[in-house]
This record gives sequence, structure tokens and C-alpha cells, in this order.
Amino acid sequence: MTYLENRLKQVPSGLRKVLFLNWPLVVLICTVAAVGFLMLYSIAGGDIDTWARPQMQRFAVGLVLMFGVAMVPIWFWRSMAGVAYLVSFLLLIFVEVVGEVGMGAQRWIDIGPIRLQPSEMMKFTLVLLLAAYYDWLDIKRVSRPLWVLVPVVLTVLPTVLVLMQPNLGTSLMLLLGGAAVMFAAGVSLWYFAAVGGMAVAAVAAVFLTRGTPWQLLHDYQYRRIDTFLDPTADPLGAGYNIIQAKIALGSGGWSGKGFMQGTQSRLNFLPEKHTDFIFTTLAEEFGFVGAFSLLALYALIIGFCLVSALQNRDRFSSLLIIGVAATFFFYIAVNLSMVMGMAPVVGVPLPLLSYGGSAMLVILVGFGLVQSAHVHRPR
Amino acid sequence: MRRTPKDSEDSARTISRRSLMLGGAMTAMVAALGVRMRYLQVDQADAFRLLAEENRISIRLIPPTRGLIQDRNGKLIAGNEQNYRVVITREQAGDVEVVMRRLAGIIPMTAEELQETIDDVTRHSAFVPVIVRDRLSWDEFSKIAVNAPVLPGVVPEVGQSRIYPRDTDFAHVVGYTGPVSEKDLEGLDDPDPVLALPKFQIGKIGVEKWMEDTLRGAAGTKKIEVNAVGRVMRELERQEGDPGSDIRLTIDADLQNFAQARLGEESAAVVLIDIANGDVLACASSPSFDPNLFVRGISHVDYGALTDNDHRPLANKAVSGAYPPGSTFKMVTALAALDAGVIDESHKVRCPGYLEFGGRRFHCWSRGGHGTVSLTRSLTESCDVFYYDVAQKVGIDKIAETGRLLGLGLRHDLPMSAITEGSMPDKAWKLERHKAEWMIGDTINASIGQGYVLSSPLQLAVMTARIASGRAVAPRLVRMIDGQEVPAPEAPPLGLNEASLAAVRKGMYEVVNAERGTAKSSRIVEASLAMAGKTGTSQVRNITAAERARGVVSNDQLPWERRDHALFVGFAPFDAPRYAIAVVVEHGGGGSTAAAPIARDVILAAMTGGVPPLEAYPASQRGRIESMLKDLPLRDPATGAAPEAEKA
Repeated sequence: MTYLENRLKQVPSGLRKVLFLNWPLVVLICTVAAVGFLMLYSIAGGDIDTWARPQMQRFAVGLVLMFGVAMVPIWFWRSMAGVAYLVSFLLLIFVEVVGEVGMGAQRWIDIGPIRLQPSEMMKFTLVLLLAAYYDWLDIKRVSRPLWVLVPVVLTVLPTVLVLMQPNLGTSLMLLLGGAAVMFAAGVSLWYFAAVGGMAVAAVAAVFLTRGTPWQLLHDYQYRRIDTFLDPTADPLGAGYNIIQAKIALGSGGWSGKGFMQGTQSRLNFLPEKHTDFIFTTLAEEFGFVGAFSLLALYALIIGFCLVSALQNRDRFSSLLIIGVAATFFFYIAVNLSMVMGMAPVVGVPLPLLSYGGSAMLVILVGFGLVQSAHVHRPR
Repeated sequence: MRRTPKDSEDSARTISRRSLMLGGAMTAMVAALGVRMRYLQVDQADAFRLLAEENRISIRLIPPTRGLIQDRNGKLIAGNEQNYRVVITREQAGDVEVVMRRLAGIIPMTAEELQETIDDVTRHSAFVPVIVRDRLSWDEFSKIAVNAPVLPGVVPEVGQSRIYPRDTDFAHVVGYTGPVSEKDLEGLDDPDPVLALPKFQIGKIGVEKWMEDTLRGAAGTKKIEVNAVGRVMRELERQEGDPGSDIRLTIDADLQNFAQARLGEESAAVVLIDIANGDVLACASSPSFDPNLFVRGISHVDYGALTDNDHRPLANKAVSGAYPPGSTFKMVTALAALDAGVIDESHKVRCPGYLEFGGRRFHCWSRGGHGTVSLTRSLTESCDVFYYDVAQKVGIDKIAETGRLLGLGLRHDLPMSAITEGSMPDKAWKLERHKAEWMIGDTINASIGQGYVLSSPLQLAVMTARIASGRAVAPRLVRMIDGQEVPAPEAPPLGLNEASLAAVRKGMYEVVNAERGTAKSSRIVEASLAMAGKTGTSQVRNITAAERARGVVSNDQLPWERRDHALFVGFAPFDAPRYAIAVVVEHGGGGSTAAAPIARDVILAAMTGGVPPLEAYPASQRGRIESMLKDLPLRDPATGAAPEAEKA
């Protein structure tokens, strides 16, 4: 009998579970999604059918899924972790091989009206499996090299597959999500310090050898890195997106130009204005006040998750919640850094806001897991 | 996995510690994002706002409506017409070829034109409208509009272009407009930005060119919002410009039409001036051309036909043609001598048919001589020897001074192109121009308007007006600008002795009205309309001694381009001079036969305000005149429409 199963009696059952959901989290998620609908409506020039309605429909489906996942006891999900990971992994290989050969470099599988991207699925099945792994693993062994190697391999394998697609953004999310769970599980900080140190050394080696006879990359690769790091060097090419995004953001000022008054997005100066760069429109139309409010909403969502994780005495549940929250956070951090010109442009959507089906569903299923853990926490 | 309570405690503590570390890191990251947000949106907001505005706003010019040009009574000479055209935008058309083929089924289009347009459309950006066809008929225009549903991306548009309803009558005076060329811009220090608009039309010659600033008006502006690819989204602000000012010329369109028609196919020019105020009432040069051809873009064939024509239709002979004035200059010589006091009104000279000077013979046109000639008779019969004699007495400098006083050898400032200064030579002029001393023979030649003396029909008309009035009448072409009267130029007295002027006028009266007058066949019998004038026949070649020995060949037997120029200057009514006229018929033969009849008809038309009445002509000529007048291709006075016969 596990610690959790000891206290099953106190776990609510049947429809009563609904009362024990983390309702503030649900409200926050719906609020952020609603902001997204508004923005999509505005970007389409006051047309609901272009983006807002499909997005609302997807969100409704996602919300139902979230509640469904939340109703299922968390120990079921723990037992399914291995299977879920395996399915995701096989699908990833499937699209990698079949998608390349048979479907013209397509990276998704059509399931009725929904396009399922295995790489998106992988984000939370990886977190699920790692949480289950650390739940299973003797705490004393957590930092032993061999037992550190297992989750590293579990993380790196799908990361490499996604990187080959190539999808830099998602592979980054996988790597950070895996690392977050390992970090929370208590893997020694030395490992993280070592990996961080090695990364810094590698970057330093690449740049310090530049111009010397033994430089590590070709000249054109260096030039690509240059524009990657400094978009203003190529204002009409690679740098165009980020320059226009900054103009949109900056011109919003303190209180913004007003709903539907954003000129940058409406006049198409902004690329990807409804997907990865949706934040720029929000910042343009609602200014610093609006943009910071959204940031605060996101922070609250993460905060509620972390509090829920800390309250949960089940190791699997805590790690799962932290993993989901961290992945969610990394989405936001990378996306915002990117549109604000603090990081190079990599394709990472803004969760719950950006237009797109897979990411929305996957995130809501992730929050379903968080809710399930919350409802079925030991009392 | 079964766990001891201690393990669970450890696990919870680790997770709490690590969660807090993660939470701390996340908070730091959120703070960094917030700071960055603040930096971009608050600190740098103004700079970015400016960039956003620059992105979206573009300022376009609205071309002003060009001012109208009317005749002295408000009849339209140059107007603006709606120009129907059709444009296609690739982006909206979808498959350009299919749409263009459908369009070709509606408006006639050759296979080459079709292909050219398709190529043109594909060359431009997808959103740029390309003009498929200009100047559609209303029929074609409405057909396209009706078929709009099957012609995506095809838009019928309305623009403005210049039209000259009285086409050939005003080609030389008013000129025409055309697209702005590099040459047009060269002379301008600070060109009006409206000139850079595609298809903008600017005055090329004539009044259209010289009054360009008045006619053009000021462009308006509109602020428009453009999107990232430069397509216009909406208009934000509009500031209407000022339309160009309407100009009323001094010319009478009907008289101009009569003059132009009367010149017919001769290479000739006529200028008629109102002596009272200097108004140029008619200023015709023939043959003429249709200025509308130039506005529409003249074809090579048509242009070639104009430039190859030996009658030079493109030249405005009335103001640009510089001709030896011949005998019409004799009044100048006479007035110079009278004013200098070297002769008086009763001076007489014996004419044996030539004057010998320095071993050279200067011939009178009359081989047998005129006998003893008075001043009046010297004009009436146009005796050359009288002027050879007088000119020697008075000298060239005084003659030139008088010529300039009468308006020769200087440029009359009218808003027309290529106004010639002519030439009124004196000793200094020859020294400067030809680096040679003035010879007495030069004076003798100049005394009868040959040699170095050159003048335009405009100058001769001004000269005649000044002789007739005794005042320094200056020509005026623009009567009103936007309804505001342009003041008539001052006409101070010339300072010539009235008795001298009267003697000269009497001679001119007899030229037309006396039995021996050189232009007696062109007299006006109606006393109240009587005309005075002077014929002139100017040589375009030197008559050699050998030719003279064989007998002078008559003009009829010479090739056209070697015949003499025929001139006539005149004024009427003789009792109260109102109109002054000058006619030059290039290679027309004699002034009395080729030029004087034209002058009579035109000046009669001016005096009677329409087609001249037959009663004004000598009875013997009426039959011939009547049929001549009836055959003139005159326009409808009300509409300005060309007669049917000419159209066909």
C-alpha cells in the first residue's frame, strides 16, 4: 500500500469531485483564453469567423478534455505514464519516417477535425513519465549517475527526433521540461552546473575560434548566427519580424492604441500576428497596462500550480504539477523574450493565446492532469 | 513503491526546496520580462510610435483641375474632358490571362496588345493597377462596367485630360499639354511635386506653356494609410488643392476661325490687333495641326507628316516667322525722314527706274520708272527709288530708331512660344553681328525692307496699329484671369509729328483706294469701313544682273519655294482706325494679289462681326467673293463644331 492509497477514503468520489477542482486555476485559464479570443477577433479586423470562432471551438473541446482528464484518478495516469510516453514516441518516429516519405514533410496526424502533432503530445507525456520514474525511484538513488542517465536519455531521444524535423522551439521545450522535473525531483545541482558549464564552454569555443584557422563553423554559419543574434543587421530579411514586433510593442505605450486600433497588426506589418507574435498585438492595443496584466495572469496560473504542488504530499503528483507548470512557464518565457527582442526568434507559441489547435489541446490536457492531481491529492 | 514515512518526509522537503528555487527563478524571469516590457512600452514608446506612424502613413498628391482657356467672349478653347480608362489589378484578377481574354471580347484588342498588357501586368507588383486602355468610348466603358462580375480585378476609371474643341484654330496660340519630360524639369529650380505624378500633363508650347503656373493650380494632398505591401487601405485626411485659374484670351474665336479658314492651305499668317487696347483679336498661322493628337500621344506617321511638310504646319508663323518686310517697311523710312526733318511732306524725287550709287544700280520694281514722285505717290505706287534717295539723307541709325519706336526689332511679350525679335539693323548691330562696317548699300536695301531687316506678322501688325493711332500700342493676349480683367498695357503717344503721320496714312489710303494704288483691287467700297494699307513683296533670292538682263521671270514660273513672299499691312476704318492687320503669305508672289485680299476679308469680318457683307466689296468682285466665302470651311459659331465636309 502506498502512502496515497492509505488515504483513499478521504479522496472525493463521483460527481463530488467537481467541487474539489482547483477552481481559481480554471477561472484564470478561461480568462487568458478569453483575452486570446478578443485578440484574434481584433487581428482579423473585427471578424469572428477568421480565427476567433475556430479557436473558441478548440478551447471548448480542450476544456471538456481537461475536465475529463481531471475526473480520472491520478494513479491511473501514473500507471499509464509508460504507455503514453511510448505511444508519443512511436508516433514521433512514425511522422518522422512516414511523414517525410509519404506525406511531404508533414509532421502531424489528422484525427477528424484535429491535427495531432506528436511533438506537442510528447511535451506532457515526457513530464508524466519522468514524474512516474522519480516516484518509483528510491530517493537515495536520485543523484546516482546511472539513475540520472535514464531520464536524460528519455528526454534527449524525443528532443533529437523533434530537432530533426526541424523544430527548434519544441525541442527546446522538451529539454527544459525534462530538466525541470529532474531538478524538482532533487537531482544534484552539480549535474546542472556541469551541463550549464559545458554549454557555456561550447558557445565560447564556437565564438572564440572565429576567424582563426581552426574555427568550428563555416563563415556562412557564423553570419547566420549574427543575424540570429542581431536582427537589425538585416532589417528586411531575417530581422524584419522582430523589428516590426518591437515597433508594435513600443508604439503601444502606457495604455495602448485601443481595441482594434493597432495599426501594425491590422496593416500586416506584423508577421505571424495571430500565432507566435500575438502578444505584440495585445501590447500594441492595450499598452504596458494590458501586457503586464497578461503577464500577471500567467504568473498567477503558475503560482496556483506551484502552491498546489507544494500542498500535495504525493511525490508523483507534485512532480507532475511542477513539470506541467514549468513547461507552461517556458512557453511564456521563450515566447515573450522572442517577441520583445531578448532572444532569437524560435517558433514557440504563447500558450492559450496563440492560434493553433494542437498546442491548445495539449496544454489543456496538461492542466487536466494538474487538476486530477489536485482533486485526488492525499488528505 | 513502498516508502517509509522518513523517505516521504525527505521527498516532500526536497520538492518544496526545489519548487521554491524554481519559483524564485521564474519570478526573476517574469521580473526581467516586465522590466523589458516597461523599457519598450514606456521609456521608448515615443520612438516606436513614430516608427509605427512612418510605417503606415503615406502622403499622396491630388492633381488639381487645370484651368480652362476661353476666347474673349467665353467660348471654350481648351477644356478638360473625362477620360474613361480601364485598369486591371493582378491580385484581384486571379488568372490575368483568362480575365484579359474576356476583356478582349468586350473591347476590340489585337493579339499583340493583349499579350503586351498581360506582360505588363505580370511585371508589376500584384497590387499595382495597370492601365489596359485609355480613352474608351462611353459605350465600351459601360460595357465593361456591366460585365464587371465576370471581370475580377478590372476597374473602369475616370480621369481628366485636355481637349481642344476648336482643334486647328488655336494650335499655335494655345499650344497643347503633354506628359512631363526631363527637359521640362530641367529649367525648374524647385519643381512642383505634382509634376512627378504619373500621367500628369504640363503645357508644352503656347499659352498652355507660358501660362502654366496660372493654369495648373495647386495640388491637394491626402494622407492615406498603407499596409505592409504598400496597398492603400483608407484615406485619413484630405486637403483639396486649388484648381487652376481660367484664362480668357483677347482672341475672338469666330474671327480666328474665319482667319484660319481664309488662309486656307497657303503657308501664311495673319495677325489682327484692336488698336484701341492692343488686344490681339486673331492670330492665325497656316497650315495648322490638331493639338488633340499631341495630347493623346501622336503617332510616328502623323508626326512625320507634320515635320516633312514643306509648309511647316508646326511653326507659328504669326509670331515666329521673321520675314523681310519689303515695301511694308516704307512707312518707317518715310516717318524717320520726316521726323528727322531731312524731308517734309511735300518732298519729291525723280524716279528713272533705278538709282545709281557707287557704280551700282539699285532698281525700282517699275522698270520704266515712276517719274517725279511725291511722298503720297511713293506709297501709293510703292516707288523704291524715292526711299533709296530719302534713306541716304536720313541714315540707317535714324531709320532703325523709328523702326524700334514702331515696334520692330524687339520682342513683344505675349505668352506664346518662339516669339521672334526679328531684326532692325543699324551700324552698331552690323558691326557686332557681322564684324563689318555698315555700307550705304545696306541702307538702300533696308529702306525698302530688304537686306537685314526682318519682322514677324505680329510686329508688322503692331507697327501698323502705331502708325494708325500715333500711340505706342502694345499687344495683349490675355484678357481675364479667373474673371479679373488684366489691365490693357499703356499706350503713350509715340511723339511723332501728327502731320507726318497723316501724310503717311494718306499714302496708305491711296494704296488701297486710289486708281493707281497697288492694292486697289482689294479696296472696301463701303466708305465707313474703308481700309488703308501697304503691300509688300519681299525677295527670298537675289536677282542677278544676268537674270535682270533676260527680263525678270514672273513668280508663276518659279518653283514654289523660290517665289517672293507676299505681305500686306493695313488698318480700318480709315476715318477712325480701330483694327490693324498684317498678312504674310510665304512664297505667295505679290502682296497685292496674295496678301491684300486676305487682309481685306479678315478686317471686314472683324469690323462687321461675322462673315463680311458683300456690299463692302466692289460690285465687279461680288460674284467671285460670294462663292469664295460660301466655300470657306467655317465652324458653327455656337458650338465650334467643324463643318461636315472637313470631317469627311
